[in-house]
Amino acid sequence: MSEQRTGAQIMCEALIREGVEVLFGIPGGAIMPFYHALPEYDDRLRHVLCRHEQGAGHAAEGYARTTGRVGVCVATSGPGATNLVTPIADAWMDSTPLVAVTGQVGSALLGTDAFQETDITGITLPITKHSFLVTDPAQLPRVFREAFHIASTGRMGPVLIDVTKDAQQARTVPNWDAPMDLPGYRPTYEGNARQVSEAARLLAEAERPLIMAGGGVIWSGAAEALLGLAERTGIPVITTLHGKGAFPDDHPLALGMPGMHGWVHVNRAIQACDVLLNVGGRFDDRVTGKASTFAPHARIIHVDIDPSEIGKIVRVDVPIVGDARQVLEALAEIVECGDRSGWLAEIRELQAQHEHRQSYRRRPEGSSLMPHDVYEAFDRIARSRGGYRVITDVGQHQMWAAQLIEWRDAGTHVTSGGAGTMGFSVPAALGAAIALPDETIWVICGDGGFQMTNQELATIRQEGIRNIKIAIIDNGYLGMVRQWQELFNERRYSGTPLSGPDFALLAEAYGHRGMRVSEPGEVEDAITDAWDHDGCVVIDFQVEREANVFPIVPQGRSIGEMMTEGVAQ
Amino acid sequence: MRQTIAALMQDHPGALNRAISLFRRRGFNIHSIAVGPSETPGVARMTLVVDAEHVEQVVKQLNRLIDVIKVCDLTDQRTLERETALIKVHAPPGTRADIVALCTIFHARILDAGSRSLVIELTDTPATLDRFTDLVRPFGLKEMARTGQIAMVCPAHRERPGILVPAGATSPAVELEPNPFAV
Repeated sequence: MSEQRTGAQIMCEALIREGVEVLFGIPGGAIMPFYHALPEYDDRLRHVLCRHEQGAGHAAEGYARTTGRVGVCVATSGPGATNLVTPIADAWMDSTPLVAVTGQVGSALLGTDAFQETDITGITLPITKHSFLVTDPAQLPRVFREAFHIASTGRMGPVLIDVTKDAQQARTVPNWDAPMDLPGYRPTYEGNARQVSEAARLLAEAERPLIMAGGGVIWSGAAEALLGLAERTGIPVITTLHGKGAFPDDHPLALGMPGMHGWVHVNRAIQACDVLLNVGGRFDDRVTGKASTFAPHARIIHVDIDPSEIGKIVRVDVPIVGDARQVLEALAEIVECGDRSGWLAEIRELQAQHEHRQSYRRRPEGSSLMPHDVYEAFDRIARSRGGYRVITDVGQHQMWAAQLIEWRDAGTHVTSGGAGTMGFSVPAALGAAIALPDETIWVICGDGGFQMTNQELATIRQEGIRNIKIAIIDNGYLGMVRQWQELFNERRYSGTPLSGPDFALLAEAYGHRGMRVSEPGEVEDAITDAWDHDGCVVIDFQVEREANVFPIVPQGRSIGEMMTEGVAQ
Repeated sequence: MRQTIAALMQDHPGALNRAISLFRRRGFNIHSIAVGPSETPGVARMTLVVDAEHVEQVVKQLNRLIDVIKVCDLTDQRTLERETALIKVHAPPGTRADIVALCTIFHARILDAGSRSLVIELTDTPATLDRFTDLVRPFGLKEMARTGQIAMVCPAHRERPGILVPAGATSPAVELEPNPFAV
């Protein structure tokens, strides 16, 4: 391969060498040389034309989150690149392996405020794991190798490659053997043996231990190791939002979700436990509440692949830097078997006391369809079916999905957690559907988030994707904000009422099937019908407008202070 | 609290920007920063003096950057610290002798003289530079430029070759790095 290639051809070949099969993007002036080369490789590189760069970025994220492989998105300079900022930030917060390729104005124009020039490496500096500005095509083979290596190893994350137009056009003989030059990048995978044995000792001595599993368990493929450790020690397991699916919710040791919208018994257990093993979670403030009051009696063991997460939010007694699977396996090998049935029974009793008081189930007078009708029906139907993923957006519907659906398998639950990006779900489903054509990709979103990126329904149609089913939990409000306004801001619904279009008709306009459900009796049939339909379906579930997510811990308060009912109205 | 941190980083465009951006984002105030070549070609050495309560987080966040090869917290170690200042001071004939006397005491060099001012160079610890500045200020300090502090661990403080032993290393989270500065 000693032939001369344009920079654009080298970019395509580098992507193929990294195992990329799909890219999501939109062309434009500064990335045109790349798009000119792309058809030469169309037997190996599938390009999906999105309707907005934000959609392309989230689609690449959805691809990555459901496969564990690096997602790739492409955009031009200026506004094309800045439209990628939100998905890059989202991937940064949720440690998603993403490579964003952007075109840049010619190197002679850099820094001159040229047409469609923005300093995208500068703009994305705090939200990328690393970034490159390439002005010389000879660097491209090494840069692409480094970018994919950095994105997909250690704590995964987004990497940006900004390539000037002249570097895409210039010819050179690519040196595919150019070595990576990353002397400062050496992720740690194996936990320190002394710390692991110290953790095993703490767990063995503990009378009221808990395991908290976060997204790192799913990324590292540690679900089985976690199950092994929990069963061996009898320690109950909490799963965070990103940990949903890391431990089967129907397991006798599974407790549920902690934090702001966690169950009462879970938060109380955290406040009472004497040892807490957090594996692959970063003590997000939505989990800890007021951090200084979190787990006050616990000695804390924190397993994380990123050393900078350890000791960042809460004090840690046993820090273990390493890969979740490797550390859990090492722990399971040496930890003593245990029986925590007394402790578990205590928690279960608390759970029984509170379960019947979950006020979200109360049907206000005059309302017929409650959100939980949809989730409970979905859960019943999903139980009898395999091969599905659920992608949620951000807001009330997202918390209900985490609470009310039983998550049994790693990777079935995908959401925008850290950044909380409304509009994430529809494009992320596009990426997931392309990655997993034989599975059914369910979107559960709100009417607010849906309208932020629903133009990707056109992409879904153009690509002939038939395995996406979208359930809109439509309450005519930006529901979570409305809930806070109801509970904490004297019910002043400022800027939250939302009158959407006819979502069923909108779906039909895009060439998909649209349905509308407003009665509890119609829910099961609609979901079954959509599941079996050969094509994309949008179901508009018109639910009670002022249903709330409970319990809720007011922001900044201790997770011991939960509201389980709304203010009296 | 003032902390001194030294970092070795690849001499790439944007590397310094990334490091400094970290401090801005976390609200740490940078007192002084000095960057220049290290003993290894292509590797720059940055010496930072920052106001930070949680220097451990600063070190970890810097380590997280791909361009950064090594980071050392030098705060609690026996180090040699130096900084250079160029000072232009008002020096008419009446006070000139007093200023020259001060320069002699502080081993400062007079680089240039005009009819009414002197330019003085002083290389010493930042604290000594502060003291000298305070003493010449009453004469009329017209202009000053300081390089920022650089620091190096005293060689006698190494217990094993290649390993830095922090004097007050009690926190288990402080990792002992092979000494990048003792090669």
